Amino acid sequence: MRKNNTIRKNIDWFTILLFGILVFMGWLNIFAANYNEENASLFDFTQNYGKQAIFIITSLLLIFIVLVLDAQIFSSFAYPIYISGLILLIGVLIFGHEIKGAKSWFVFGGFSFQPSEFAKFGTALALTKYLNDLSKTAQQFKVRFTSILILLLPAGLIMLQPDTGSVLVYVAFIFVLYREGLSGNVLLLGISAAVFFILALLVKSTSIAIPFGLLLEGKIVLLLSVLTILGVIYLLFNSKKRKLLFPLLAIFVVISVYVFSVDYVFDNVLSSHQQDRINELLGITFDPKGAGYNVNQSKIAIGSGGFLGKGFLEGTQTKFNFVPEQSTDFIFCTVGEEWGFLGSFVLITLFVTLFFRLIFLAERQRSNFSRIYLYCVSSILFFHFAINIGMTIGLAPVIGIPLPFFSYGGSSLWSFTLLLFVGLRLDAERKHVLR
Amino acid sequence: MRSLEDRKIVILGIFIIIGVTYLIRLFYLQVIDETYKLSAKNQALRYVVQYAPRGLIYDRNNQLLVYNEAAYDIMVIPRQVKNIDTLGFCNLLGIEKAGFDLKMEEAKSFSTYKASVFEKQIPSSQFASISEKLYQYSGFYIQKRTLRKYPKPIASHVLGYVSEVSPTNITKDKYYRKGDYIGISGLEKEYEKELRGKRGRKVLLVDVHNRQKGSYKNGNYDSLAVEGDNLYCTIDRDLQEYGEQLMRNKRGSIVAIEPATGQILALISSPSYDPNLLVGRDRSDNYNNLVANDTLNPLFNRAINAQYRPGSIFKLVESLIGLQTGIITTDTRIKCNRGIINCHGSHSNDNLVEAIQHSCNPYFYQVYKKIIQQGKSNSIFKDSEIGLKQWHEMVTKFGFGQKLKSDIPGIGSGLVPDVNFYNKWYGEGRWAFSTIYSNSIGEGELGVVPIQMANLAATIANKGYYYTPHLIKSISDSGRIREEFVTKNLTGIDSKYFDPVISAMSAVVNQDGGTARRARLDSIEVCGKTGTVQNKDRPDHSVFICFAPRENPKIAIAAYVEYSDFGGLWSAPISALMIEKYLTGEVTNKAKEQRILDASFLTIYEEK
Ligand SMILES: [Zn+2]
Repeated sequence: MRKNNTIRKNIDWFTILLFGILVFMGWLNIFAANYNEENASLFDFTQNYGKQAIFIITSLLLIFIVLVLDAQIFSSFAYPIYISGLILLIGVLIFGHEIKGAKSWFVFGGFSFQPSEFAKFGTALALTKYLNDLSKTAQQFKVRFTSILILLLPAGLIMLQPDTGSVLVYVAFIFVLYREGLSGNVLLLGISAAVFFILALLVKSTSIAIPFGLLLEGKIVLLLSVLTILGVIYLLFNSKKRKLLFPLLAIFVVISVYVFSVDYVFDNVLSSHQQDRINELLGITFDPKGAGYNVNQSKIAIGSGGFLGKGFLEGTQTKFNFVPEQSTDFIFCTVGEEWGFLGSFVLITLFVTLFFRLIFLAERQRSNFSRIYLYCVSSILFFHFAINIGMTIGLAPVIGIPLPFFSYGGSSLWSFTLLLFVGLRLDAERKHVLR
Repeated sequence: MRSLEDRKIVILGIFIIIGVTYLIRLFYLQVIDETYKLSAKNQALRYVVQYAPRGLIYDRNNQLLVYNEAAYDIMVIPRQVKNIDTLGFCNLLGIEKAGFDLKMEEAKSFSTYKASVFEKQIPSSQFASISEKLYQYSGFYIQKRTLRKYPKPIASHVLGYVSEVSPTNITKDKYYRKGDYIGISGLEKEYEKELRGKRGRKVLLVDVHNRQKGSYKNGNYDSLAVEGDNLYCTIDRDLQEYGEQLMRNKRGSIVAIEPATGQILALISSPSYDPNLLVGRDRSDNYNNLVANDTLNPLFNRAINAQYRPGSIFKLVESLIGLQTGIITTDTRIKCNRGIINCHGSHSNDNLVEAIQHSCNPYFYQVYKKIIQQGKSNSIFKDSEIGLKQWHEMVTKFGFGQKLKSDIPGIGSGLVPDVNFYNKWYGEGRWAFSTIYSNSIGEGELGVVPIQMANLAATIANKGYYYTPHLIKSISDSGRIREEFVTKNLTGIDSKYFDPVISAMSAVVNQDGGTARRARLDSIEVCGKTGTVQNKDRPDHSVFICFAPRENPKIAIAAYVEYSDFGGLWSAPISALMIEKYLTGEVTNKAKEQRILDASFLTIYEEK
């Protein structure tokens, strides 16, 4: 009993409040997205909102279990949990149920379970455990390699399903690695690579007419611009102390090779519907009936909400199925349509506050394990948030991943709840050092 | 090296940057950019027009002349037509695949997200089977319309017809939208604003599969259609029908007016057509048939727009002007000098009444001469100008030479030549009485339309004034009627001068040797005047105007039968049958009736 009292005292009630608000808002919006005047019972268990109510109640049970468990267990069982996650991922490839071309689900009767959601939790624990045990910075090559291996194993298995969206979530761990000592250049390199990837695609089919009737291909123009910028840097910063000529030339060569290889990768590695979605996102193509249908409908729903929104249950675009997947991946459309900019503002503020709070919690830990784990939680949630909302407003490619605590679905709600409350459980023990 | 803890700043910075970027983007999408709101409306709301039923038209005894019947348009919203079984759809509507493609193209070229009419006016009989299956074809829905329906195939020229609005109609009047109906002729055109009512609108919610999901905002944005006003017409349905029967196989017209009010009791133009032909899906085929294939031009409303020389009936006008100006008295006798202008019948020195009765041409030649050449100037040309000016003024007051301000669109004005007319025709100072004397007997340059002739009969019946002949006695139940229909038009002829003219008209019908003895009725004293308009190498036009009974007249008629024979032979008996039918409800002389019904004057003459 004494232990429970300590937990009650030490647990971060502010985060729990944020969690509660998000879950409740999520449920209201799932209700609105599926609302039907003829069938308006709040707890109709044939409807998504009725089922979500069950998922919410069962996750309360999950929270209770997590809180009564000894915090040490998560550290001790980190690898077993990780490995059981991997086993489930292998299992789903063999015994899984194929839905929309991907083997991502175990289905037992009316109950279904998505192991890739659970695997994120396992991976977070394993990475945390590994980095903690070494008590070394992530700058060392071996550490970097092993860390990446821990991430690549589940990511690779998920890729086999295939579920690109869930794979990409593993990119989120780059924040954790960065915090734990990975060179900032890696982060910078990642961002530069993304920027040049986009630029290369944007200029792919453009060309500029120059005098003498010649055409300059877009890529050449891009590289000439890069060369000019590097030239300016050279002129401004080159000194006898700092010889910049060779580094700058090297950078230019790398960029050139990269830009020319983007085309190849884009055309040969990505599937055609992935190509379409990226083209659509970058505005290279505009096809609101084909590849761009989802995003266009999503933007219409959100955009039609106006400043104050149409009001609860008054949304037409989501309720009448113009927006696809309106309970799961596109649940934010209901917020945008019915609650307007004001509702969107509140939601985004709540999420960003949650991420900040988690970082704040992480940094107050005496135990490295707790800190690293809380960084994992914050990063994973942030990545989901950024991609999910970004895709609904046309700022991120359409990758089907849920909005934490908000989207309809038992597996994702349970996994996010588990992820978060293990973090809170660890935080409640912040006065002790976990081994 | 800085502490790794500071790296949280970078991470928090990224969180903030993403959060703020999303908020800016959302602000743009939700608050600044209006296009998404419009798109949302376009796809989730369906604006269904609620067409107002046009007002009904009743005759003077509250019998229906026009009513409405439900019909159904199949509408299409091209954007929503997805993966449909085209062949099944074509079979359902009974159309060809090629026709389907054509109609889809048309609809698309109008708008991809607005509704167009795909198939017009499906009759109620086919409606049930189509509506049952239409839900299978996304993008199509049914729009209820109403079509005009006529319980009896009569009075088509009076009622006119409606048709879909043309682009010109839409530019002229902002009320109209594509697919609306508008009155094109007759009462439908004249009273369009009253008849059309007010279009309503229903806003419905539809889902992505175009299924209706109830009304938008509890119907707060809906507007109800307001039915058009009913019209109460002055026409007597039975009389109209009877007149049309009498005029079958004849070209010409009958116009009957109630003198005391100017209400038109019957307005018959023959040949006519069944008004039901110009309604529904076969409308344009039928219309083209009527226009192109029928040389008798049944769409032409002769009663108001066919301009004829009036012939001898005009002698009544000359008589009245002569009396009013004091140029003649009832006792004035004039020799029937057949040297200048010929005459018929045995008479030699008639007074006014006898001259009207015998239709003596030399008599009216002399009367007209006195009117035109009053000796007010030494120059006969100048003198004729003065005389013609006065004559023109007086004739015009009878409603001739001008469009009667009636409620019949397209009414003709006829022609009463004035000084200007002859100055243009012959040159100033180059014409005198001797040039224009044909006017004296209603020939020459005079032109009248039948409704003006009937109006003359009504004016004489009223002894000096007329109410503008009109067709509507009440708009809706209000009793509302146009101001000009209750305003007396005075001819400026004293009523006492009408007595001798009326006596003569009675004699024309009722005395032995009168030219219109065929218009005689046993129980009713009919007063009339025949006219015969001569056509070279063709039968004459037969004209008759009359009113009855002599005391307190109830009906005034002008009947005009083209290319039949002289006035007494055909127009007079037709008028008498009309009078008897109207006043007694029954025609007693079946032999007389049969003779008219059997007559046919439809020979086509080459235009000269
Ligand atoms: Zn004579």
